[in-house]
Amino acid sequence: MTTAPAIELRGISKAFGPVQANKDISIRVERGTIHGIIGENGAGKSTLMSILYGFYKADAGEIFIGGSKTEIPDSQAAIAAGIGMVFQHFKLVENFTVLENVVLGAEDGRLLKTSLSKARSELKALASDYGLNVDPDAVIETIGVGQQQRVEILKALYRQADILILDEPTGVLTPAEADQLFRILGRLKSEGKTIILITHKLREIMEITDTVSVMRRGEMTATVKTAETTPTELAELMVGRKVLLRVDKAPAQPGAPVLQIDGLSVTDSAGVQRLKDVSLNVRAGEILGIAGVAGNGQSELLEVLGGMRTATGRITMNGQPIDLTGKQSDGQSRRARGIGHVPEDRQREGLIMAYSAWENSVFGYHRDPRWQKGALMDNAGIESAAQEQMDRFDVRPPNPRLAARNFSGGNQQKIVVAREIDRNPDLLLIGQPTRGVDIGAIEFIHKQIIALRDEGKAILLVSVELDEILSLSDRVAVMFDGQIMGEGPAETATQVGLGCLMAGLGGDDTRDMTGWRITDAATIEEGTPDVARIEAQLADRHADASKEV
Amino acid sequence: MDFITALQVLDSTVRLSTPLLLACLAGLFSERAGIFDIGLEGKMLMAAFFSAAVAFVTGSVWLGMLAGIASSMLLSALHGLASITFRGNQLISGVAINFLAAGMTVLIAQDWFSQGGRTPSLIGQARFEPLTLPFAEALQGVPILGPLYYELISGHTLPVYFAFLCVPATWWILYRTRFGLRLRAVGENPAAVDTAGISVIGLRYAAVAICGLLCGIAGAYLATALQAGFIKDMTAGRGYIALAALIFAKWRPWYALMSCLLFGFLQAIALRYQNIDIGPITLPVQFMDALPYILTVVILAGFVGRAIPPHAGGEPYVKER
Repeated sequence: MTTAPAIELRGISKAFGPVQANKDISIRVERGTIHGIIGENGAGKSTLMSILYGFYKADAGEIFIGGSKTEIPDSQAAIAAGIGMVFQHFKLVENFTVLENVVLGAEDGRLLKTSLSKARSELKALASDYGLNVDPDAVIETIGVGQQQRVEILKALYRQADILILDEPTGVLTPAEADQLFRILGRLKSEGKTIILITHKLREIMEITDTVSVMRRGEMTATVKTAETTPTELAELMVGRKVLLRVDKAPAQPGAPVLQIDGLSVTDSAGVQRLKDVSLNVRAGEILGIAGVAGNGQSELLEVLGGMRTATGRITMNGQPIDLTGKQSDGQSRRARGIGHVPEDRQREGLIMAYSAWENSVFGYHRDPRWQKGALMDNAGIESAAQEQMDRFDVRPPNPRLAARNFSGGNQQKIVVAREIDRNPDLLLIGQPTRGVDIGAIEFIHKQIIALRDEGKAILLVSVELDEILSLSDRVAVMFDGQIMGEGPAETATQVGLGCLMAGLGGDDTRDMTGWRITDAATIEEGTPDVARIEAQLADRHADASKEV
Repeated sequence: MDFITALQVLDSTVRLSTPLLLACLAGLFSERAGIFDIGLEGKMLMAAFFSAAVAFVTGSVWLGMLAGIASSMLLSALHGLASITFRGNQLISGVAINFLAAGMTVLIAQDWFSQGGRTPSLIGQARFEPLTLPFAEALQGVPILGPLYYELISGHTLPVYFAFLCVPATWWILYRTRFGLRLRAVGENPAAVDTAGISVIGLRYAAVAICGLLCGIAGAYLATALQAGFIKDMTAGRGYIALAALIFAKWRPWYALMSCLLFGFLQAIALRYQNIDIGPITLPVQFMDALPYILTVVILAGFVGRAIPPHAGGEPYVKER
């Protein structure tokens, strides 16, 4: 006997104006499986799921839930059909408690009291069934991102969802939190729930899914069993050509130190010390990668170097000291000293979303004499330069008049990278260069960074993606709790060893990393580091970081 | 200041706080749902005029109040249409409503009554009469409590009692009912409400309608209880003071009561003491009259600590992926 698939889509099409976001998509997801949907940014994954959740109406096609044809005109209908969705950006009310968020929209009756007490006992049951432990009375803004995501899952389960859609769920999670999430998903699957996982991370697909569909430019290019495919094959299907997952690069030929940091400390406005006596140097022609779990001082380091934050200590650039607190400590002065900065949050710090690409292409350098025409700005000149820049950096669509917000994440990042690299800086600061960027653009951006290095420039790379750090960097430093835990060559670094340092531990696993200097701050543990302890520490760090924000 | 004078000033505080309180709670409902409403002033003014006009013509204060509420809710609907349905700028819509009300009331008043933009004075059934609560007269002889009950608690018009009862009612609705939960959520994160399958637009219209209702009662109170008839610009910035009180109260009902009483108290002082001598300095009457407004500026300048408005306030909701 065959059971009906949990979800079946037949011939779904959706166009936004001239853009065909989904073209004749058909897909079957069997009950009790985890089905991955992978594709580049803008491939149409989110559109497809939004149709399934009733946010958009498909132009053509049919949806079958559990074998029967179902119309889904709005979210209410999707919920009624047993579909729950965990969005990439959580849909939670920040100053409500967990309980209130779970109950919102699924209340029993007009008064809250009964709803809340029913939800409380229900949450207890769900927590023990699936390992989804969250304090029901905690206010959302005080708990970590991983916990918030659990609340989203709980919301769906509380509404009796049988089918759970997760959109890029690990984008905001630490590796440990991601592992916990995967354990929860495994548990849900074993209880007969159907899960659709949207991601662009190949490793997640390989690790957890049963079947995987690949989308490219609005079309479903393949659906395969995960066990019968390889990451390379999936990557090819995604981008339609061979991609290099490892970055090709010649050995570094480092020259004289460009940036020297000595005893740098930062205390934030709340009195918390964010950087503790950090000393580092970056030489010409090398990439120094800073690894670490988000919130361990990397952002502050970048902000100090980029002129967005004051600090104590000493920094020299090409041997000349840099002003850390006075008039010359702003971004303008840093740029004048030859420091380019691709900030971690491109949408808030790198671009003005409402401005056009050509306007964005000169921000920070807009006082350059090159762009002046008497008392006015040479707008036509800037625009043609931007056009040329966009062609060179393969920004799509290559239209400098389009507002920054109309580009996909990857192309926004290319605009920022192009702006900073084009000024030929002696030192490039680059934070999370490929966060939320599709594989094709990642490859391109990585190549640009390597090319800049080969020209003999110094590069300071901050990323929470360990893979990225390992494949790009020549040297790696690990930060934890505002301190450098260890520093050494990228070739001898191991994933496990770095993982321990990122959790503030030394231990056996870092011993075989030859050429590494492990700081005293890293607690040396005898024997194998206790995984649970690392996880607990990570979780603590994370909770602290989110509290302080 | 003797005991009786103090009671009289407090009594006057209660009366003057009432329109502020109603308008403040009106603003609370609207802003908690994410719709900023600078048009409280205009709605009150419109309601004041129509309630006075209809009360004069029909001789019934209740019909007057209904007309006032209807006119205020009509303006609310306009604000809703502009800022919810057409996603316009809420401040501009509110300002437009204020201008519209300021002009229309005088224009229509002149056309109907030809008394220079005012309505004739209201008498008898066309006004709200003070209510004497049970035993107020009998207990007047009891020391302290007697006069307190007689002067302060008893002897107000119906809308005053209604306004003060609105405070616990608002609290209860906001924090103890499903509607309140959803209302607060829609002002904080409409996307959360939308994905939970509830209509953001419906909720926001409901909030704006409640706002119109309360502003209507506030306006009717001004023209048919506090005063006897409508005069040009009779709201005199009360809508803006109510907004300041709302910020002062950090968008919470009980705090709103406190801050409205404070503003009412200042108005009562100004009314009672025209010149105040402090040592060698004499504070002129103009200063006393300006005091509530000065306090408004001080409060809005942020001297009361951090007031965090509803997160999604002022932002039209656009559905996104």
